[in-house]
Amino acid sequence: MDVKIGLEIHCQLTNLRTKLFCNCSSDYRGDEPNTHICPICMGLPGTLPLLNEKALEDGVAVALALNSEIQPKMTFYRKNYFYPDMPKNFQISQFDGGDGVPIAKGGFVDLDVGRRIKIRRIQIEEDPAKLVYSGTIDTAEEVLIDYNRAGIALVEIVTEPDIRTPREARLFLQKLRDILEFLGVSDGSLEGSMRCDANISLGGGTRVEIKNISSFKEVERALRFEITRQKRLSAEGLTVQRETRHWDESRRITVSLRVKETEEDYRYFPEPDIMPVVVSEQYVDAVRGALPELPHRKKDRYVEDLNVPVQNAAILSRNLRLSQLFERCVGLGADPVEASNWIVGDLLSYLRELDLSLEDPKVRAEHLVEMLRLIEDGLISGKIAKEVLLESLKTGKSPKRIVEERGLMKIGDEELLERLVEEVFRENRRAVLDARLNEEAVNYLIGQVMKKTAGKADPVLTSKLVRLKLSQIEVG
Amino acid sequence: MARLMEYSFKEASIEEHVAKLIERISRLEPEIHAYITVLEEQALQKAKRLDDALNKGVAKGKLTGMTVAVKDNICTKGVRTTCGSRMLLNFNPPYDATVINQLEAQGAIIIGKTNMDEFAMGNSTETSYFGPTRNPFDPSRVPGGSSGGSGGAVAAEMADLALGSDTGGSVRCPASFCGVVGLKPTYGAVSRYGLISYANSLEQIGPMARTVEMCKLLFEAIAGHDPLDGTSIPEELRRPTELGSRTERRSKFKVLVPAQILGEGTDERVEKAVLNALSEMEMVEFEVRSGDLPSLSAALPAYYVIAMSEASSNLARYDGVRYGHQSPWKHDWDETYSATRAEGFGVEVKRRIILGTYTLSAGYYHKYYVKAQKVRTLLITEFKEAFKRFDLIAGPTMPILPFRIGEKVKDPLEMYMCDVDTVPANLTGFPAITIPCGFIEGLPVGLQLIAPPLGEELLFQAARLFEEELSLRVPRINR
Ligand SMILES: [Zn+2]
Repeated sequence: MDVKIGLEIHCQLTNLRTKLFCNCSSDYRGDEPNTHICPICMGLPGTLPLLNEKALEDGVAVALALNSEIQPKMTFYRKNYFYPDMPKNFQISQFDGGDGVPIAKGGFVDLDVGRRIKIRRIQIEEDPAKLVYSGTIDTAEEVLIDYNRAGIALVEIVTEPDIRTPREARLFLQKLRDILEFLGVSDGSLEGSMRCDANISLGGGTRVEIKNISSFKEVERALRFEITRQKRLSAEGLTVQRETRHWDESRRITVSLRVKETEEDYRYFPEPDIMPVVVSEQYVDAVRGALPELPHRKKDRYVEDLNVPVQNAAILSRNLRLSQLFERCVGLGADPVEASNWIVGDLLSYLRELDLSLEDPKVRAEHLVEMLRLIEDGLISGKIAKEVLLESLKTGKSPKRIVEERGLMKIGDEELLERLVEEVFRENRRAVLDARLNEEAVNYLIGQVMKKTAGKADPVLTSKLVRLKLSQIEVG
Repeated sequence: MARLMEYSFKEASIEEHVAKLIERISRLEPEIHAYITVLEEQALQKAKRLDDALNKGVAKGKLTGMTVAVKDNICTKGVRTTCGSRMLLNFNPPYDATVINQLEAQGAIIIGKTNMDEFAMGNSTETSYFGPTRNPFDPSRVPGGSSGGSGGAVAAEMADLALGSDTGGSVRCPASFCGVVGLKPTYGAVSRYGLISYANSLEQIGPMARTVEMCKLLFEAIAGHDPLDGTSIPEELRRPTELGSRTERRSKFKVLVPAQILGEGTDERVEKAVLNALSEMEMVEFEVRSGDLPSLSAALPAYYVIAMSEASSNLARYDGVRYGHQSPWKHDWDETYSATRAEGFGVEVKRRIILGTYTLSAGYYHKYYVKAQKVRTLLITEFKEAFKRFDLIAGPTMPILPFRIGEKVKDPLEMYMCDVDTVPANLTGFPAITIPCGFIEGLPVGLQLIAPPLGEELLFQAARLFEEELSLRVPRINR
């Protein structure tokens, strides 16, 4: 059945320092509730909102990065509804309808799997406060309100219903987060900084909305559940209701929040306290000129300036944190090609294996560089290095310490190795004979020496000794 | 200048001046009820400090020692600001409105917070939770509204000056009914920061005084760009438009009297008094012509649609969650909000919230709100056209004389009709002044002059001529 998924992503502009309409600090996480508030963001009578111009700049940067069309004159609207998390009981937002003009319209994001997801609009708005239930939503005796979040600048990105699978939704969100991080406008790893609503319809049927999903993994799960639920309903000949559902993370099901008969009436109208903002071409050009290095430029630079293989460069430049890790390694003196191979190859697969994120403090460029240096100095073999890296990621210990503690230093003792080679030659007469004609057999012999030393033998020296020994054998 | 001298305190200390005023307030207040809060202690202390500064020769400020009565919808730090509503009975703003800071900087003394129609909705000051203010010229009559307390305080000499707010005529109406001068400044000329919003796109804080000169003084103290108000006009754009600058001109004031503001609905006596005053001025420096401004007839409905729409949204924040009146918890949000608002708001406020909610709702938004905005645009165009040929537009401020308390409260439509002549200035954002131009059976009649944007200076010049040249005898309030 034809699945259509549209996403509505709210993303905090976490790098603004202040809120959207006042000078309160936007860096509130971990602070006491209601300590980042002022008369303006509390919507006290008599206060007026004052537009943070940096938010406009960030909004334009996002629009540029998403290939969206920036509107020459944008307006702010009021979205009216009563809810305890809204200090004014209206939200200052933008509106794509009537005379309302959001900051940008249209645009697209190309996924690495070769699909293009179209953007409908991008708008700026203020975040409501946070409701803190003592217990769960249903059973809480009371609810506390923390206004620290109220008035934080959000950029809202709405896609067309272009997404076809839950996995595609997740890929899109990851890509979007990467872009926002590259732009330096938002840190997607901060708790609650990116929130997502999804709407989904099957076979051109009724649209169901799922509200406030907290992580990308959960988006994928929620959508999977919802597709199954809707398929089951139609299989049983029941109709899918037009409604808003809540994703219950712990039970991994969606539950009905409210059934919508009609569109909610937000009574949008132009915000009289904020004049329409003229976004000139010069302004857009200036923002464009100041954009940080975006993925495709990074990739080119890695290939051209650092000789990194194209495939590696593509992977490293796709994600800001990955590129930062790589660039830091290079900055600390690592060989770019070696570093790129290790990151793209072993490091990423270990991270997957260990379910670690790049933000984890155990993932450190310093450690990677130290490991590369141990290899370069001939102190460990590549094989041992893999082991060391895995251990370092598990424990956070430095590679040097791991090598020392576990005695993994390479065996470079020529006499010892010579003895071992002789032993191997004695035990593998057939291979020794083959080795004179067959390079594979040579490698086999070298491998046997390595095996005897549990990989610690210096491979270069071992190879040299094996070949020397072979050349000394008289043909008879 | 004669009148200015009358109220100066050159012979006495500021403290004596304030003490005398407080004594007068305590004598007249029981009858007039112009104030919600009188700040005797605070005012006397400030007066002493100002006297000290004067003695040391370090006092500065154009308003040094002058007492100002401030409408109770303008926030004063630590002094309750109620908007005349039960909803804000206990609201002590943690900050001062920008105009309050400006007054302080000019050495003014805030003498009290004045009574008003609840949330500035009304033109009689009868909808106040604190009870009505009475007209000093006839206490059985209303002082006008919504800044009725400010109008009454100035007229009864219970303050030297007063601030009101004007959304659809709320400064000019009480000024007219109380026989004083009142100005609705150009939109954006005076900061709205700290003015508790009724209808943001229409309202301005405005000065009220017994003379044009004092009104001008107060206006100059509060005008200026405020970075806290996004709609405040930037300093570099604060020059009057070409149309409004007349400082150097020696020719006569060309005045347009639109046919649409006379006739039906206007009390014949009021109309006659205004026309008489205008023709009297023709002897001096005025050239008066009648003409047409067709869109004026659509101004009143457009005004009410916009004002109520904005009000319905602005007043949503009064839910009892963070401040103000709160009803006990009623097991869900909607119920609790409803109870809080049902108890906290008066009838007129509820009426406007409901009507505003209706005009904004899907399906009606285009029929009402959008159409009203179109009328507004049309009106601005028409006014601009008129100002190419005329310096000023003139007519009655109020179409009727001050009515009796209780006479119109039962009929909201009739009450709304009173705003017919004042709302065009709010819809266009243009400045307008009202000055007394006659008395009928002891009740004042106000004449309104409207100027192009930032034409306040022009208004003061013209109004001063009226004040000097009209053979008008203003009865003193002697109680
Ligand atoms: Zn704030």
